[in-house]
Amino acid sequence: MDDLQEILEDFLIEAFELIEQMDQDLVELESNPEDLELLNGIFRVAHTVKGSSSFLNFDILTELTHHMEDVLNKARKDELKITPDIMDVILESVDMMKGLLESIKENGNDTESGIEIKNICAQFDAISNGKSIPEKQEGECLEAEINEVMNEMTSPTIEESPAPQEEPTPEPETAVSDEDLSSLSDDEVEAEIERLLAEKMEEKLAKKAKKAQSTPESKPAEVTITPEPQIATPAPKPAVPVKKEVAKAKTPPKKVEKKVASTPEQTIRVEVNRLDHLMNLIGELVLGKNRLLKIYDDVEERYEGEKFLEELNQVVSSVSLVTTDLQIAVMKTRMLPVSKVFNKFPRLVRDLSRELNKEIDLILTGEETELDKSIVEEIGDPLVHMIRNSCDHGVESPEIRIAADKPAKGTVNLKAYNEGNQIVIEIKDDGAGMDADFLKMKALDKEIITEREAENLSDKEAYSLIFKPGFSTAAKVTGVSGRGVGMDVVKTNIEKLNGIIDIDSELGVGSTFKLKIPLTLAIMQALLVSAQEEYFAIPLSSVLETVRISIDEVYTIEGKNVLRLRDEILSLVRLSDMFGVEQVFDSGEHAYVVIIGLAESKMGIIVDGLVGQEEIVIKSMGDYLQGIEGIAGATIRGDGGVTLITDVAAMMNLAKGIKVDLTQEASNNLTQVKNNPSDYNVLIVDDSKTDRTIMQKSLAPLGVTLSEATNGVEALNILKSNETSFDAILVDIEMPQMDGYTLASEIRKYSKYKKLPLLAVTSRTSKSDRLRGVEVGMTEYITKPYSPEYLRNAVSKNIKLPVEA
Amino acid sequence: MSEQLEQVLQNQKKQMDSELGSNHREEDITQLVGFIVGDEEYAIPILNIQEIIKPIEYTRVPSTPAYVLGAFNLRGNVIPLIDLRMKFNLPALNQNEDTRYIVMKEGENIAGFVIDKLTEAVRLKASQIESAPETLHKEKGTINGIGKRADSILTILNVSSLLKRDF
Repeated sequence: MDDLQEILEDFLIEAFELIEQMDQDLVELESNPEDLELLNGIFRVAHTVKGSSSFLNFDILTELTHHMEDVLNKARKDELKITPDIMDVILESVDMMKGLLESIKENGNDTESGIEIKNICAQFDAISNGKSIPEKQEGECLEAEINEVMNEMTSPTIEESPAPQEEPTPEPETAVSDEDLSSLSDDEVEAEIERLLAEKMEEKLAKKAKKAQSTPESKPAEVTITPEPQIATPAPKPAVPVKKEVAKAKTPPKKVEKKVASTPEQTIRVEVNRLDHLMNLIGELVLGKNRLLKIYDDVEERYEGEKFLEELNQVVSSVSLVTTDLQIAVMKTRMLPVSKVFNKFPRLVRDLSRELNKEIDLILTGEETELDKSIVEEIGDPLVHMIRNSCDHGVESPEIRIAADKPAKGTVNLKAYNEGNQIVIEIKDDGAGMDADFLKMKALDKEIITEREAENLSDKEAYSLIFKPGFSTAAKVTGVSGRGVGMDVVKTNIEKLNGIIDIDSELGVGSTFKLKIPLTLAIMQALLVSAQEEYFAIPLSSVLETVRISIDEVYTIEGKNVLRLRDEILSLVRLSDMFGVEQVFDSGEHAYVVIIGLAESKMGIIVDGLVGQEEIVIKSMGDYLQGIEGIAGATIRGDGGVTLITDVAAMMNLAKGIKVDLTQEASNNLTQVKNNPSDYNVLIVDDSKTDRTIMQKSLAPLGVTLSEATNGVEALNILKSNETSFDAILVDIEMPQMDGYTLASEIRKYSKYKKLPLLAVTSRTSKSDRLRGVEVGMTEYITKPYSPEYLRNAVSKNIKLPVEA
Repeated sequence: MSEQLEQVLQNQKKQMDSELGSNHREEDITQLVGFIVGDEEYAIPILNIQEIIKPIEYTRVPSTPAYVLGAFNLRGNVIPLIDLRMKFNLPALNQNEDTRYIVMKEGENIAGFVIDKLTEAVRLKASQIESAPETLHKEKGTINGIGKRADSILTILNVSSLLKRDF
C-alpha cells in the first residue's frame, strides 16, 4: 500500500511537471506548427501520462490521454495539420488533465472530479477521423453522436473485417442497437467507441491497402487521412521534406534541452518538510553565531592585547563564515527557478489575445533566476493580474496600434533578474501607457481621492492609484478586467512578501512595472533602530535610505509632519509614537530618519538611533501575541534578548492615525523644573562605608538628595528600576562584583544616560587610569584625597545647580 | 482441601480488590503547584507547567494591554510574558527575590506568567476540590475550582483560559 502511495506521489509530481512543460510547448507549437521536435515532445507527454495512469487504474485520465495521443500521433506523422481550432481542443483537454490530476491528488481517484470527458473525446475522434470539430455538446448529445458513429459503422464494408476475438457477444456488431448502447455503462460506451474506431481504421486501411506497406503494429501510423473540406488546412506536404526542414530549424533552447537529456541531472527528490526543518536549524545556528560574535566583542574589550584573543578571533570568524556559507547553501536547496511561474504565462497571453482580439507577443527573459519556494508560490497570482492588466489596458488593439505607427503586434516583456539581495520582476509593455490626469479623474469619480489630494499628486503617485481597491479604468466589466480587484490583490500579495512596486510609464510608449522582492523569508537582513531604550528591526528590503535631518527641516501640512527629501514630500512619524514608547529623553536638534518603501508608497520614520544592519531569523511569537498591529514577529539578538520585527505595511497604516506635532513639541521642551536643591538626586557608589560618609558629609551643605549603592551591580539595578532619575553619579573605581569602569560603560549603553554626569572618585592617580576613565565615559575624574569644597564644586557644576547668591 | 483452596482464592481476591481500590483512589488525586499572587494562594495542575524560571529580561510588545509585559527568550523560543498581578487588577509590584516566571502550556499555546512567590506542590483528592461558587463566576472560566486543605483554601486556575488571548 505504501509502495503504491509512493508511486502515486511520484506520478503526480511527474505529471504536473510534464503538463506544465506541455502547456508551454503547445503554445510554441501554434506559432511554429511544423516543429517536429515540439510535437514529439508533446506526444511523449500524453503517452507517458497515459501509460502511468493506466497502470494506476485511472480510467478517465487514461481515456482522455489516449484520445489526445491519437490526434497528436497523427499530427507528428504529418497526417494532420494543427489548426488553431484543433489547438483549442487540445488545450482544453490539457486543462481537463490538470483537473483530473488535481482530483487524484485530493481524492486519490479521478472519478470524483466531475469532469466530463466524453465530449472532448468525441471531438478528438472527429479530428483524428478528419472531420470538422463538432460544436461543444452537453451530455445528452452523446447518444446522437454514438448513433452517428454507429451509422458509419454499418456500411457494408464492415463485414469484411473479422470480428475481434475478445468480443464476447456472438452477435455481429451491426446488431448492436441503440437500446443496448444506452444500457451500457460509461466505460463500456467508451470501450465500444474505441473498438468501433479501431475497426474503422482497419476498414480504411483495407481500402488503401495497395498504397500502404504496413507493419501490423504501427497500423494507425500508415493511415493517411484526407481532410474533409470543412477543416481549413492546406494540402498535406510530403512528409520527408518537412522533416528535413524541421531538422534544420532546430531552435537553440531545444538543443539545450537535448543536452540535459543526454546527461541526466543527478537529483534526489526531498520532502519540503525536511528542507523547512533544515532551514529552522540553520536559523538557530545563525542566532548562535550572532551570539558568539557579540560575546567575542565583549571578551575583546575586557582582555585587550591578550594572546588567546587572536586564536579565538580565528575560530569565531571561521565559524561565522561557515555558518553564512551553510545558510546560503541550504537556501539554495529551497530555490526554484521562476520559470515555474513564468511557464504558464505564454498560454495565458495566448488565450487573452484571442479573447481580446489583440495580437500580443510575450517575451520571457531570465526564467532561470531562482527564488525561495515559498515566494515562488506567492508571486504567481500577482503576476497573473499584472499580465492581464498589461494585455488588457496596456497593449492596444491592432487598428489603434497601426494608426499610431506601431507594429500591429504588441509586446509584453516579462523579465526576472537579481539585484543585490532582491529579485526584480519586470513587466513591460509597449502599449498605450498611463495618463496621470485620466487616472486622477477616474479616482475622483469613484471618490477614492479628494480634489485637493488630486492636485497634489505627482505623476508617479497618480500611477499608483491603480492599486487602490475598487479602482478601475475599464468602461465596462469584462471577463478580463473591470472589477477593480486585480491590482489590489497584487499590492496585498507583494506587501506580504515585503516587496516594493515601482511604476514607470510614458503616454503612447508603454508602461513598466517592477516588482522587487526579497530572496527569502525566513532569514533576512534588517536595520536595527532604537526608539528611546527599545530596539526594533526593520526589514532591510523595505528600507530605501536613512538620512539625518535637523528639526528645522520638518514642515507641517494639515497637522501632519512632512519631510522634503529632494523632490519628494514624505510624511514623517516618530517610531516611539507609533509603538507607544515613553518619551524619556529628547534627541535634540537632529533626528535620524529611516525612509521606508513598500509596494508603491513611501514614508519617513524618525528614530532615536541607528544601531546597524544585522542578519535576523524570524520567530513566531505564538498565538497569544500573533497579529499585533505593526509587529511582524520577533527575533533573538546576539545578547539573547528579544527584538521585535516591524511589519512595514502595518506601520504605514498606523502612521495615518498618529497626530503628534514634532515642531511644536520641540519648542516646549520637556525638562522638568527644579526649584529646590533637594529636587536634585545624586547617587554615591562606593564599597567603603567611610568613603560614603565622607562624600555625604562633603555634599550635605548643597542640600541635594543623596542615595547610596555599595557596588556596581547594585547601582545598575537602582538605575534600571527607574524609581528616581539621577542628576549625577559619584563612582568609586575599586569595587567588588562590578568595578567603576564597567559600571560607567554599562550606564553609557542606555541612550537616556548618554549625558548623565559620571564622576569618578578614586585613589588611582596614574595617567592610564585617567585615560581609561575617559574611555568608558566618565565626565570628571576626582582623586582622593580631596577637599570637601572641591567635591562640592565639581558636583554642583555638573548638575548645574543654581548658585545661591 | 477444596475449602482451603477456596479460602486462599477468596483472600487473593480480596487483596486484589483492595489493591484495585487503592489504585482507583490514586487516580483521583490531582497534583498542583501552588503560588501566591497578591494575598491569595492559587494553584495550577502540575501537568500544565513546562518550567519555572527566575525572572529574566523581557522586551515590551506595543499595542497590548498593560498586563502583557512583553516577550522573553526561553532557549531560542520567543514566549509571551503576562503579569498575573495586573491581570487580576492588583497594584504592580517590583520584582524581588521571590518573583518567578511560570511557563504554562496547553496544547500549542504557551506563555510565561509572573507570580509573586511559589509555595509548594500540592496533592489534592477529588473530594477536596469543589467547583467555584456561583458568585465567583464574574470572570467566566478563569477559575476551575476551589481546593480545600486543613487550614487554607486554594484557587485552582483554568490554564487554557489564562492562555487565551483576550484583547
